[in-house]
Amino acid sequence: MFRPLKGGGASAWLSAGEATLLRTLVVSVMELLNDPARPTPPPAAETAPGGSTDLFDDLEKMFNETSAPPPESPADPVLARLLPDAYQDDPEAAGEFRKYTESSLREAKKYFAQTILETLPPTAGRVKLTADQARDWLRALNDVRLMFGVRLEVTEDSEGQLSALDPQDPRVAAFEVYGWLGAVQESLVRAITAPGSLG
Amino acid sequence: MSVAPAEVDLPWSADEVTPEKPWLTLVWNDPVNLMSYVTYVFEHVFGYSRPKAEKLMLDVHHKGKAVVASGTREAMERNVEVLHGYGLWATVRQDV
Repeated sequence: MFRPLKGGGASAWLSAGEATLLRTLVVSVMELLNDPARPTPPPAAETAPGGSTDLFDDLEKMFNETSAPPPESPADPVLARLLPDAYQDDPEAAGEFRKYTESSLREAKKYFAQTILETLPPTAGRVKLTADQARDWLRALNDVRLMFGVRLEVTEDSEGQLSALDPQDPRVAAFEVYGWLGAVQESLVRAITAPGSLG
Repeated sequence: MSVAPAEVDLPWSADEVTPEKPWLTLVWNDPVNLMSYVTYVFEHVFGYSRPKAEKLMLDVHHKGKAVVASGTREAMERNVEVLHGYGLWATVRQDV
């Protein structure tokens, strides 16, 4: 579990199994954020041979972009939770907001996840995070926990849910991982907000 | 060139025009997000003191939602975008 480092940041020792588990879970969130049903827009087309891209083309492109229907919230419930509607009772405003922010939010979340991948030890070992890296870790860990929360339909009493499960239930292991992720995140919040750290 | 529209009688009178109500950033309760994490996010994103951040977090937890900021629509939309980056369930609406 994480402990504060002098001058901000945090450090923890991870077993090989814990490092592998985190890597696997973070990669699955990143893959979810790469939803092929909503590819990132392809780069602008090359200039037509012989002709220059003129103002009219630019305007037409701009017009087409702005007149495209606003995207709806993602069908996958995990993605819908990771990329929620910004307006609750106004689908039009929610769609407009999504049109301008969803792809950058996806990229930001992938960046936070990438920080975990880049700072995880290859096998058993120590993770040492700067304050900025710790903040990325918190956000990416939270996204992994949200994925579990949605898939497992977690309530605020997740321990009660776990103890009510039959020991043979395949969800037992998932609830245990969810509990462990919460403990890791909690220790990281405490480490970077500890008196003396620059959280 | 364009021509300015002729003056028209608007269908409402000036005394009905009220200053626009402020816009709000709301955060909704969620069974996954840790109380310590939500407090940290409120401190870090809004620069709130620990007691204020904790009070807002508890409001979210007990009441199901809380207004965490108010101001222009643009500023509230920026808040929501940042909060979504942290995985909080945040929405914008105009005050009623």
